Amino acid sequence: MLELIEQFNVLGAFWLNIRLAAVSFVLAMVVGTVVAILRLAPVSVLNWFGATYVTLLRNTPLTLIIVFANLGLWLQLGIEFVPRENNPNFILENNFWLAVLGLTVYHAAFICEAIRSGVNTIPVGQSEAARSIGLGFGQSLREVILPQAFRGGITPIGNVLIALIKNTTVAVAIGNREIAYQMRNMMEFRPDAGILIFLIVAIGFVILTLPVGLGTSWLSAKLAVKR
Amino acid sequence: MSAQQVLFDIPGPKARARHLLYGVLGTLVLLGLLVLVLIRMANRGQFEAAKWTPFLESNTWTFYLLPGLLATLQAAAVAVVLSMVFGIALAMLRMSDLTPVRWASGVFVEFFRAVPVLIMMIFTWQMLVKNPTMVRLMDTLGLTGANATFIAVVTGLVLYNASVICEIVRNGVGSLPGGQREAGLSIGLSSAQVRRSILVPQALTSMLPALISQIVVITKDSALGYIITYPELLSRTRQLGSANANTLAAYLVAAVIFILINYAITKLAEWIEGRQRRKRRGTPGGGATTQDEEQAGQRAVGAALGAQARAGG
Repeated sequence: MLELIEQFNVLGAFWLNIRLAAVSFVLAMVVGTVVAILRLAPVSVLNWFGATYVTLLRNTPLTLIIVFANLGLWLQLGIEFVPRENNPNFILENNFWLAVLGLTVYHAAFICEAIRSGVNTIPVGQSEAARSIGLGFGQSLREVILPQAFRGGITPIGNVLIALIKNTTVAVAIGNREIAYQMRNMMEFRPDAGILIFLIVAIGFVILTLPVGLGTSWLSAKLAVKR
Repeated sequence: MSAQQVLFDIPGPKARARHLLYGVLGTLVLLGLLVLVLIRMANRGQFEAAKWTPFLESNTWTFYLLPGLLATLQAAAVAVVLSMVFGIALAMLRMSDLTPVRWASGVFVEFFRAVPVLIMMIFTWQMLVKNPTMVRLMDTLGLTGANATFIAVVTGLVLYNASVICEIVRNGVGSLPGGQREAGLSIGLSSAQVRRSILVPQALTSMLPALISQIVVITKDSALGYIITYPELLSRTRQLGSANANTLAAYLVAAVIFILINYAITKLAEWIEGRQRRKRRGTPGGGATTQDEEQAGQRAVGAALGAQARAGG
């Protein structure tokens, strides 16, 4: 088992999944928060933009988004994230960022919904109090609503992070050499050890996702707004 | 705090003017982005007639898109049925009175919820086409490589979604009032009979919206078959794109097809959820208890939806 892990650089492949997940999660949090603000705003056109974004992205398969980022955005529209000149790793690096783009826009829709469900945990009195001391929409959102929404939405946000970690495997569709790619390689060369290879990869994902689940339930208990 | 109105005061004339300004600015920014994209597309010749006229020809649909869509729906439909059957069976096992059975099914469910669907698909596919024992078995059964990708897609989808459905059903049973179980036991049913004929049927009804949302997840995830060369809609779209040199247009059309299907299923789930809520409210003699039950049911539905479908697969 150890020689399989060393021979095929399993840890290096998992490291790419971790990097994809980390970068995409940070960006998805930013985009998701912006979309959530659009959906909560008092301007109906902005509500509609936010709702349309979520509907469109949530109903599109992630595979399609990531493949489209590669074949459509890069090869057809020429969108490149890294300099091409003197860069032997250009394709690999560009594909990394295209996968990050796809993972970000897809999961931002789910982060938005997670934040909104966090908003739903806040008692009405909180925003009424914010309004009664004269805070405007932006101020009450910044000082009262969103901080509590993030704390109340930790569990759903954690669920999105778990889904995101698992979904980084889809990046193999555009040639990222992450664990799904490595697993196909391994099974191609060692078809006899198929079950062992599957267990190695599966346990790797259990190790990656289990702490997130435990961590979010610990955090959501610790950070829960005492009422 | 679901009511939007709570977040801000009812706008006066000044605020209305400001909101109008924000609305116009927001629209302009979005239109600006759209124009940038369209200019880029136009510069790259994406609006040439040759890129879009193929969609008016019947060949495009009969050779590429419809067979692809059919393959997607086939895999999804088989996976939906099997996931429901195995999911309910797993839920029964997880609620069993025998501790080892409960424990084993618990490990099974938690394990397959943690492993990406794609990993299970690649594993099944590579085993079927590469592992000597499995290859011999496939030959004996008269199955080909094309069957292998279908089996792999369905296996991956079923292992994951059966585990999720098991949890949805368990949540539904958990949200039922305790009196249901006690009443069943007191008329002399065994606890297995109570689960089978009283608890699970009610859980399935109250969890119907969550179960239907899971169909969206299955349909979306069937697109993973693209990676293991199952000839579903995305694979066909790629072939179409290279045949007509209109990759971008082809993928946009495929995206529209997926969005329409999944949007329709989502709307169906929402409609059923609304109907159930109305039906509960309309129950004669429904006093405070019914309201409590309704809230418990909604909470459970919300939790199940939140945990699975809303997490992105």
